[in-house]
Amino acid sequence: MNAYILGAVFIVAAPLLGGLLSGLDRVFAARMQGRQGPPVVQPFYDLSKLFQKRANIVNRYQALLVFGHLVFAAFTAFMIFSGGDILLTLFCLTLSEVFLCMTASSANGPYSSMSSQRELMQIMCVEPMLLLMAIGYYLATGSFMISDFLKADTPAIVKMPGFFVGFLVILIVELRKSPFDISSSHHAHQEMVKGITTDISGNIMGMSELAEWYEVAIMFAFSGLFFIDRHPISILFVVLAALAVFFFENLVDNVFPRVKWEIMFRVCWGVSFVAGGANLFFLLMMQK
Amino acid sequence: MPIIEFLIFFPFLAAIVLMFMKEPTGKRAAFATCCSIAIMAVCIVLAVEVWGGMTLPGAEGSANVFLVDPELFNLLITAGEAFLMCLVIYYGIRYRKYYVILLSAGQTIPVLWLDLTGKTSAAAAGQTYLRIDNLTVMMCLIVGIVGGLICIYANGYIKDYHNHHTEFPKRSNWFMAMLFVFLGAMFGLLFSDNLGWLYFFWEITSICSFLLIGYNKLPVSINNSFRALWMNLLGGCGFAAAILYLVLNLNIISLSQLLTFSGEKEIVLIPVILLAFAALTKSAQMPFNGWLLGAMVAPTPTSALLHSATMVKAGVYLLIRLAPLMSGTLAGLMVTTVGGFTFFAASLIAITRSDGKGVLAYSTISNLGLIAACAGIGLPESVWAGTMLILFHAVSKSLMFLTVGAVENATGSRNIEDMTGLVVRMPKMAAAMIIGICGMSLAPFGMLVAKWAALKSFVDARNVLMILFLAFGSASTTFYWVKWLGKLFAVVHHQDPLPDTVHRGEWAAIIPLSALVVAMMFLFPVISQYVIIPVLAQMFGEKISSVISQGDMAIMIVMLVMIAVLPIALRLVNKIRQDAKDKETLVYMNGANSGDDRHFINSLGEQESDSMSNWYMANWFSAEKIMKPCLAISSFMIILFLIWAITGGAI
Repeated sequence: MNAYILGAVFIVAAPLLGGLLSGLDRVFAARMQGRQGPPVVQPFYDLSKLFQKRANIVNRYQALLVFGHLVFAAFTAFMIFSGGDILLTLFCLTLSEVFLCMTASSANGPYSSMSSQRELMQIMCVEPMLLLMAIGYYLATGSFMISDFLKADTPAIVKMPGFFVGFLVILIVELRKSPFDISSSHHAHQEMVKGITTDISGNIMGMSELAEWYEVAIMFAFSGLFFIDRHPISILFVVLAALAVFFFENLVDNVFPRVKWEIMFRVCWGVSFVAGGANLFFLLMMQK
Repeated sequence: MPIIEFLIFFPFLAAIVLMFMKEPTGKRAAFATCCSIAIMAVCIVLAVEVWGGMTLPGAEGSANVFLVDPELFNLLITAGEAFLMCLVIYYGIRYRKYYVILLSAGQTIPVLWLDLTGKTSAAAAGQTYLRIDNLTVMMCLIVGIVGGLICIYANGYIKDYHNHHTEFPKRSNWFMAMLFVFLGAMFGLLFSDNLGWLYFFWEITSICSFLLIGYNKLPVSINNSFRALWMNLLGGCGFAAAILYLVLNLNIISLSQLLTFSGEKEIVLIPVILLAFAALTKSAQMPFNGWLLGAMVAPTPTSALLHSATMVKAGVYLLIRLAPLMSGTLAGLMVTTVGGFTFFAASLIAITRSDGKGVLAYSTISNLGLIAACAGIGLPESVWAGTMLILFHAVSKSLMFLTVGAVENATGSRNIEDMTGLVVRMPKMAAAMIIGICGMSLAPFGMLVAKWAALKSFVDARNVLMILFLAFGSASTTFYWVKWLGKLFAVVHHQDPLPDTVHRGEWAAIIPLSALVVAMMFLFPVISQYVIIPVLAQMFGEKISSVISQGDMAIMIVMLVMIAVLPIALRLVNKIRQDAKDKETLVYMNGANSGDDRHFINSLGEQESDSMSNWYMANWFSAEKIMKPCLAISSFMIILFLIWAITGGAI
């Protein structure tokens, strides 16, 4: 029961966290480029403004599909924090992303359509590593249930360094950061304009923005799972790790220019296969 | 117990009557529909009786045994085998494909020799010929219901088909008859416990699919049909060799004797690996995938039948039967490795196909690979996953084939690119297709549950290779399905629905199948509990709990309900966000949109059109690029394992 309450609390807390991270992101990028940047809470202002705006719609499916995207992103967050099955969590996340792709496909404009295909490519790039990561947790802790990861004696990272490396790489794709921001970028002046959300606007855009915050929170929750164990002190490590991961991702974002999708595909599958596969092999060997 | 006999003989009788009804009249359609409904009804009665705990005299455990003294049938089957060989010889000579004669004679003559010298009946003394258990019943339901619906669909389809393609000879009576022969052969195959009988029905399906694929008599159909024939006959050779080995060395002729064999698994390794080889050819695993791809030239009901309910399912059915014998042996390793590899490779090639049926064909090969891999692992939980996959795949895949066929008849194209905006143009058909695609690829619908269980069982079997195949293969699977889904949703501005020209018979199959897919999504915990678990209990002789935990099943149901109520919840949200103020607009084109979303004004002030196509990665994974290496790798694996097993290697 407690688990479900925690999950429900997180449905509210996740977007706050995601929004905050997204605000930090902007400050961070600005400082790296020698600018002052907006205040940390700027994304919340933006969101509230979006929600007050009328939506310009391209077709009548957009609202439904974006709403589905949001609902399942929120449900994924709920499942993680209620300690659910990590594989099911990943499937739910994929479902949520598919809703977003369908929104862009349905708009059927050149930018939306192309970005939808690119987003699907990104999903294909990250999925093997996410699945392998889930299997890694199972081998390291003996369970697929997130609630059981919290009962481990040592944090999973000890047994899963390879998976963590792979996760860091695909996280760049998941967060749509350079060099792998091929489906959408946070700056609307690039080749794909605003990418997958090009033809979404007003309060519907608000929903999609909110869903993205959930995604950010979910991804940092995944990174935290590598460090958590049954000792309360591990929560400190989780926070530190999240900050380190955040720093790393932004550094990469600001240092590397965007690459072509071919390189993204090669890097993602290559790293997943080598780092994930090797780690998997050793975990299975150790337990034989 | 006339049900079994009815299911085996009735389709053949129906086929004979249909042969004589030359014109596609309403009378013939009504007759074929009635026959299909009768078959479906009898299958359901059978299922109710067996699940209701029917036991019969001579039953051992929960398995039921029939026909203890079937001399007449033995004679019939011997004659039937000879007839099939003559048929192959006739076609071989007529089309100058002499190698098929060699393949057919090479397997039929030894089996006939066994029959005529009385060695088979000596081995079969006191053994059962027919048998039912829960696996048979489950397969019967698939063959009966899905196959029956396909036959109903075929009525309308074949009429439309000949209206569109007047150049082909009209033999629709023959076509309908063959579909029923196929069903009869499948029932025979499922009920047979005697391997000689099983082999006979196995051969009927091979030859029947050969005849169905060559229906058009175009050069390409004839070529493809012979490809199907030689590959399946090659598998048949493996089957015949297994029978020879079993009868001569071990005095075993029935499947149940083989399965309850008390000695070391290594003693039966050679026949098991030969049977597994036969099953791999029949279920179109690499390197034998060519015949199933070639089968696409035939009218849609043929592909639907071959791909979903019959033919390929016969192969994986045999593999599932053999699963306990394969676990931990070379045979299991061969099936798992080849199946896993096929799953991965076929899912990559599927990305590059824009032809709807082509995607479906590769997806079938890919999914069958996964089922084979599950059977090869041979643990209870992997067999759970494999059986679940068979069920969901049969229903969803037949639905996909029928919708693609109906769209082709209505729009003249089965290319995915031409399905743009189907949600507006053919809303009902699009809904059925969306159900099919979701059922095939996305959580929380159907197939994914089974894939999930498969993944768990591969982890528990500690098979690194399979885990990697599944992790990467399921990523590419999602990609090719969802980009198809995207095309359906791609709304073209101000497009109007097409007039509904879909034949009533086609709807009569598509609507029940869609309903069945949706029902199975919601009922999968029940299906697992009352259909799959008893199968496992009989197979492994122990009580097995569900692979997916109760809690997870509950969450999946919650997700399904969430999707179902999504549109209702949206109304509330729309009220809050004041959707009345929404303004219709045009898509962004980075240039002046000429007003229809399909043209824009370029920098010289000229109007230009634009169109968006899906991503096919053809220079990465096209069949031209990767098929040859894949065939080489899989052939090498099969040859290696066969030689290893026959020269007496142990793991």
